[in-house]
Amino acid sequence: MGSIKAPAITAEEKRFDFAPTRDTVEVVLIRRREKHIFIVMEREKKEHAGYALHLEGDKNGEVTLSVSGKLVLGNLKRVMEDIRSLLEDFIPSEITIDLAGLEYLDSAGAVALLQTEKKAKDKSLPFRFINMDPATERIIGLLKIEEIYTEPLVSYRAAKGFFEEVGETSRSILRDIKQLITFLGELLFVFWHAMRHPRFVRWGEVLFYMKRAGVDSLPIVGFVNFLLGFVVAVMAAHQLAKYEFSVFLGSLVAIAMVKMFGPLMTAILLAGRTGSAFAAEIGTMVVDEEVNALISMGFDPAGFLTFPKIVATVFVLPLLVLYADLAGVLGGLVIARADMDMAAYTYFSEMPTSISLFDLLWSLLKTVVFAVIISGVGCQRGFSVRGGAEAVGKRTTSAAVTSIFLIILVDTAFALVVRYIR
Amino acid sequence: METPTRQIRQNRGTGEEQAGGEPIITVKGLAAGYGKDTVIENVSFEVRRGEIFVILGVSGCGKSTLLKNMMGLYRPLAGKVIIGGVDINAAGKEEIKKIRLNMGVLFQSAALFGSMTIGENISLVLKEYLDLPDETIDLIVRMKLAMVDLAGYGNHLPSEISGGMKIRAGFARAMALDPSVLFLDEPSAGLDPVTAAEIDILIKSINAGMGTTMVIITQELESIFNIATRGILLDKGEKGIIAEGDPRELKENSSDPRVTSFFNRKPMGQKKVGT
Repeated sequence: MGSIKAPAITAEEKRFDFAPTRDTVEVVLIRRREKHIFIVMEREKKEHAGYALHLEGDKNGEVTLSVSGKLVLGNLKRVMEDIRSLLEDFIPSEITIDLAGLEYLDSAGAVALLQTEKKAKDKSLPFRFINMDPATERIIGLLKIEEIYTEPLVSYRAAKGFFEEVGETSRSILRDIKQLITFLGELLFVFWHAMRHPRFVRWGEVLFYMKRAGVDSLPIVGFVNFLLGFVVAVMAAHQLAKYEFSVFLGSLVAIAMVKMFGPLMTAILLAGRTGSAFAAEIGTMVVDEEVNALISMGFDPAGFLTFPKIVATVFVLPLLVLYADLAGVLGGLVIARADMDMAAYTYFSEMPTSISLFDLLWSLLKTVVFAVIISGVGCQRGFSVRGGAEAVGKRTTSAAVTSIFLIILVDTAFALVVRYIR
Repeated sequence: METPTRQIRQNRGTGEEQAGGEPIITVKGLAAGYGKDTVIENVSFEVRRGEIFVILGVSGCGKSTLLKNMMGLYRPLAGKVIIGGVDINAAGKEEIKKIRLNMGVLFQSAALFGSMTIGENISLVLKEYLDLPDETIDLIVRMKLAMVDLAGYGNHLPSEISGGMKIRAGFARAMALDPSVLFLDEPSAGLDPVTAAEIDILIKSINAGMGTTMVIITQELESIFNIATRGILLDKGEKGIIAEGDPRELKENSSDPRVTSFFNRKPMGQKKVGT
């Protein structure tokens, strides 16, 4: 009984193409004989070389499955389904697979054959391959079938339960707080050392980061705060006009900008822009072992990498806040001039009486604390990166979120303190 | 247009049996570099079906630049790279995708995705391009892991395995779709001699078993003589090829001092240390 040959490969079929199972025409012929059930299943490909399975034998008896054509990754699913359905119909007591007609086999195709063998052996059925050529033997030899079914050495990382998640998050927050406090201690030590040895500070780096954190932030800080002042003025203008207090529009915008929006919004912008950049930069250095290289050369990474960034941010943030206050006040002036037809002199005239020097200095003191938070948290998050690219992303996000949270917390504390001081 | 990749599948045999067949990759007059600076100029050679082809040369001679141009990651400044009859810089998106799916790449540091398990790294491409049930994909992943002696490591993260294991996992990922061509960028760099030898055995066994054509950048002389069928030697000053052929023959027969210097590990123009 000869096996059915797969269709000859045409020049068109020689074109390389993937997904060969999509355009197929299936021809299934079933013929029955008196003693033998004789099934021919042939899948003929329109555009691709195909395969044919030919099963012959007695139901509940010995069967021979002749395979011809190509068994490849692209038709693996169908081949496996066909073999399974053919053998299920027969419930054989002994299986022989004849590979005489096999034209090409890749590692996935070999898996189909070996899985058939495994299933037969699991049922203690006698099984053998016949007419296996050396090329097929080599591929099957590569597969190490006995190792394929090795159980994973670690179990699948399943999603954690609610309580486990809460517990881990709590531990992680406590660990974070501890790391932040430790880091703050290290920074204080570095600061003390820098005070006694000013040459220790890498001033070139400080200037570089002042440009990156300060000069490069000017457009976005200016634009955002200009719009904030504009919005405050729009919202207040008509209320003030109703009670004939329009002359205080400038004061209101100035108070809002100096005491609240200027420092807060600029700090939030810098936390997103500069703090996360510090975290990403140091995190990548940790991943690439550059930080270890620094340690091995006797440098203190906190002093070498962090201190210039903190010094630069502490210098530029107060200046940026002054610039932001000015931008906000100018935003309000646009409304005063355009909407309320107020003279610029009138707009500015009441400002000195409503904003004192103390307010301005208090606001700048606040921004110094914000600057330490932004750069310190950014650097600390960078140093705490463990693993690869994903960890860098996580810690960068964490730097921005933690900084913004701490900035708002500190802002609240400053607001309460100033209320009792004055 | 006919591509040799399909022909490889029709003409199975060991790499050795197939080596010397028709070219699967042709590089013609390639110039490559960065900006206006050329690293290599007028480089032409062929990689034949089933070969283990090595790209050799001292640091900075343009090996990695050449390999990245061959893989289509960089556009050449001049010349062509033809894979399977298709000029990869002139081909359409779909054609390029088909070629890419039929070539695997093992990067120097394996470039495994750190957030995925080893199994997920291997199954990524299978899930993306093949409509297979999960259990079949799982079976293929297990098979690929067993092929590279990492059976049981499917659920490990890349950070949990050693450097040599990462290279083997990268190998399994590169082999996920049974590609006809594998590009390997310094597969044994930084590995201990035993692990490096294991990688050599793996390369040879895949080449012998699957007939996969391998294009390898390597600096390891022992590895070169063990596995290479043929190769080219690039030179920094020449900005191109100074020798082509079987590395063993080049070592024995070349009269070019730059070639003998490379294969004998003797810096040019330096006196022998000692007496």
